[in-house]
Formats: sequence, structure tokens, C-alpha cells
Amino acid sequence: MMLGRVQVPTTVRKGEPFEVRILVQHPMETGYRRDLNGQAIPMNVVDKLACRIGGREVFSAELGSGMAANPYIAFYVVVDGPGTVEVEWSDDRGERGTVSTPLNVT
Amino acid sequence: MAGDAQVRRRAFLAITALPLAARAQSQRFQPAQDVAPLLQKLTGGVAPERGGVEIELPQIAENGNSVPMRVKVANPMTPQDHVSAIHIVAERNPRPLVATFHLGPQSGRAEIATRVRLAGTQKVTVIAALSGNRFRMAQVDVLVTSAACLDESM
Amino acid sequence: MSLKFFAAFFAWIPAYAGTTAQPQPLKSGIEFQSVDVQRLQADDFGNPGMLWVTRGEALWKDKCASCHQDAAVSMRGVATRYPKHDAALGRVVNLDERIRACAARNPAPVALALESEPLLALSTYVSRQSRGLPISVATDGPAAAVLARGRDIYFQRQGQLNVACTQCHDASWGRTLLAEKLSQGHPADWPAYRLEWQTLGSLQRRLRACYFGVRAELPNFGAPDLVALELYLADRARGLAISPPGVRK
Repeated sequence: MMLGRVQVPTTVRKGEPFEVRILVQHPMETGYRRDLNGQAIPMNVVDKLACRIGGREVFSAELGSGMAANPYIAFYVVVDGPGTVEVEWSDDRGERGTVSTPLNVT
Repeated sequence: MAGDAQVRRRAFLAITALPLAARAQSQRFQPAQDVAPLLQKLTGGVAPERGGVEIELPQIAENGNSVPMRVKVANPMTPQDHVSAIHIVAERNPRPLVATFHLGPQSGRAEIATRVRLAGTQKVTVIAALSGNRFRMAQVDVLVTSAACLDESM
Repeated sequence: MSLKFFAAFFAWIPAYAGTTAQPQPLKSGIEFQSVDVQRLQADDFGNPGMLWVTRGEALWKDKCASCHQDAAVSMRGVATRYPKHDAALGRVVNLDERIRACAARNPAPVALALESEPLLALSTYVSRQSRGLPISVATDGPAAAVLARGRDIYFQRQGQLNVACTQCHDASWGRTLLAEKLSQGHPADWPAYRLEWQTLGSLQRRLRACYFGVRAELPNFGAPDLVALELYLADRARGLAISPPGVRK
């Protein structure tokens, strides 16, 4: 399971957009790098990421090797009640990762 | 919903497979490519309007391996009028389509931040897809002193 | 005059060779980085090195907490005192080697290779517990000879470019070399995430890159010369507050 971190504000207000920040540990190998023996390191990237709150998808992304290693994404979401932010992602080898955090909604 | 995601993903992969000059052999210089066909594909042929898209990128990126970027689109994000996607295109990267972010009314704000790789000094283009088959576009020049993808590291 | 007399007469000189000179004013490497890199290092969430802290915390809870309890308490100040002479190991070791030895002695022993991901994670996590505290290494007793060796290396011209550390990091810090602003060469923010590596690495990995920079043969990870150099650099940076994990370009 891939390692990831998620951050949301300590409290969020109903109807007010807030920022969700994600950081995923992944080398995002481009396929262009070579190791010390001159062999090309095969491409390996996180290509899909999605965020759900209360089972409903609120954000998603398709990523490629043009994303920096250990991808970082911040986006906005607005809610009308309590819930848990769940983020899931997967790479081109089928490895998956998930991280979640509850929302403190006022 | 899952079906939508499949279609979007296939479209993304098809676009990234567009013929490019890059090969897996070492390259000392990666020239800028003509991304007009890619932009056409992203808008489905619709001409994008200029303006309304703010791109925050450093003027000089010291290391192309990780360049912080923020995109803001001025938009009410209502069911009737919202940004549905933000595409980032880097003309000089071996794979110019860097990422596609899918938004909607539940986003509340059309704004994303991320860190991209830039394979050398180039123009970065952002296309915002809006509801009602409308598109907006903005471009920014970035000076990159150490190119991603191509410069070796120890 | 007997040989013994001369030996005794000159024996005190290394001890009185003076305390290690420090660049003035003392500036952490982060001050020589771009605004974007500075922001990234200061971002407690977005700093990519924090991924290793997160992993290290999980490993700590699993393997170390049973003896060492809360790292925030038991490990506070520890990283600022390394490299140091370890009585059980009988030599001066850096923090990574100390953690490695401890893991090997664990009731459920774990072999941690130098520069391996788990060791980097633990090292970063432990170092993080000393964030904001000043470097303060002991250089007396058995560490004195190692410090002297580190000093010799620091002032020794090396590699095809025939350059010594002091020429860049004492005489030319703040000036530009190719696309780099030369720092004072302090160990304060290590382990660090280097944008060039696109991953986190130890101070020894960075020192090896310096050897590469002057086209000298790279010492192996764990080489006594690298530990000696680490000790000298730490003494030279004494008083400087550490802030791991650092971010460097």
C-alpha cells in the first residue's frame, strides 16, 4: 500500500470551499532516467487519483510523468454537512494507496 | 460514474501517446513541440477564449524536477456555470500533457495547486474546460535552469 | 633530549590546535536556496521529506516504542549530538549507524542497510525530534582523533579538479558556481529531500555527491572518512539550529 498524507483545515464551514492537500510517496519514474549501469529505469507513475466525501466523488485527476516525484495536489471542496474525506490513487502497475481524514464541519 | 472515469482515462492515455520526438535514449536537448494538435484535441476543436485563467509559476525554476504551480479560474462554480476540467500542457516535455484535473460545482472554487516537472525553459499552457462546451486558455513562460527528464543526477 | 621528551613536548599540539573555526556569520544552507525551496522546507505538510517522517513514525511505533516510548521525549536533542563516540561500538558513529546498531540489537533484530528506505525513514524521524535545537557534538576523548581526520579531509585538495572543501565553503560561500549559490556546507538540515535526486537522502549521500563534484573517487557509505568529515562539519556548525528534513535543489 502506497504511503500518502492528507490535510484539511481543522474546522470547515458548511457551504464554504476549503482546501484539501494531498502528498503521495511515489517516484513517478519517467522511463527516461538511467541507473548507474546505464540501463533505463522503467516508467512507473501514479496515473489516477480521486477524492470522495460521503461516497460521492468530488475531485479526480489523471496524472503523467510530467508530475514531480512524490506528487502533491491541492484542490477545493465545498460540503453541506459532516463527512470524511477519502482519497484513493493507483499507479500504472496496479499498486493502490488510500488515506482519509474526518471533517470537523460547523 | 465508473464508466465516465474509464472513458476519461482512455482519452487521457490516447492523448499522451501522440507521436513525439522523444525516445528512451539520452537526449541532450529537448526542443519545444507544436502542441496545437494536442490543444485542439483537448477542446474538441472549439477555440478557447483567452483570459480568466490565472497561472502562478516561478519566473525562474531552479530545478525542473519540481516546479510549484497554482491555477485559478474566475468562475462561480454553480451547476449551470462551472469549470469541469483543468489541463496542464508543457510544450517541451517529452510527454506534453502533464495532468488533467476534474472539478465541478462540488469544488466550490476552480483552483488547484501542484508540482510539475519541466524539461527545460518553455511555455506552459493551461486549458480550462467549462460547462456548456466552453474553453479558456492561458500561457506562461518559465525559465528552467536544470531540466527535468534529461539532466542526470548523482 | 630524548625522543620521549620531544614526543611529550609536541603531543599537546593537536589538543591546542584551537577550536574549529566557523564561517561568520553562521548561515544554514536553506538561506542559499530559492524562495520556492525555502517555502517547501517550511511547509510541514507539503515538504516531501515529511513522507519519510511519517514512515519513520510508523516504524518507530512498531519496533522502537516498546523501549524508547515517545520519541518526542526520548529522542529530543539526540540528533544534535551526532556523530559521537559510541562505547558499545568502540568508535565514532553517525546517527544512522547508531540506529542500525540498535535495530540489530533489538529483541526482534532488524537488519537495516545504510541508505535503505527504512533506515532513512527512522533517521529522519529521529532527527526531526530535535528540530530547532542547536548542533552540539563532543570532540574530546576518543572523538578528538576523528575530528582531526575530518579536519584534514576538509582542508585537503582532492579529485581531478584538485579542490578542497574550504575553497568553496569557506572562501567562496555566497558566490555563484555554475547555477548554484555556494552554501557554507553545514549538516544542519540533513537528511534532506534533494530535488535533483527526487528523493530523500542522507548527509553521506550529499557528501559523496561533493566528491563527485570535484571528480574524486567516492568513499563508500559508512566509510570512516565520511563519518570523520561529518564530525568535523558538525563541530564547525556548532550552535546552528537544525531543521530536518531539509529541502535542497
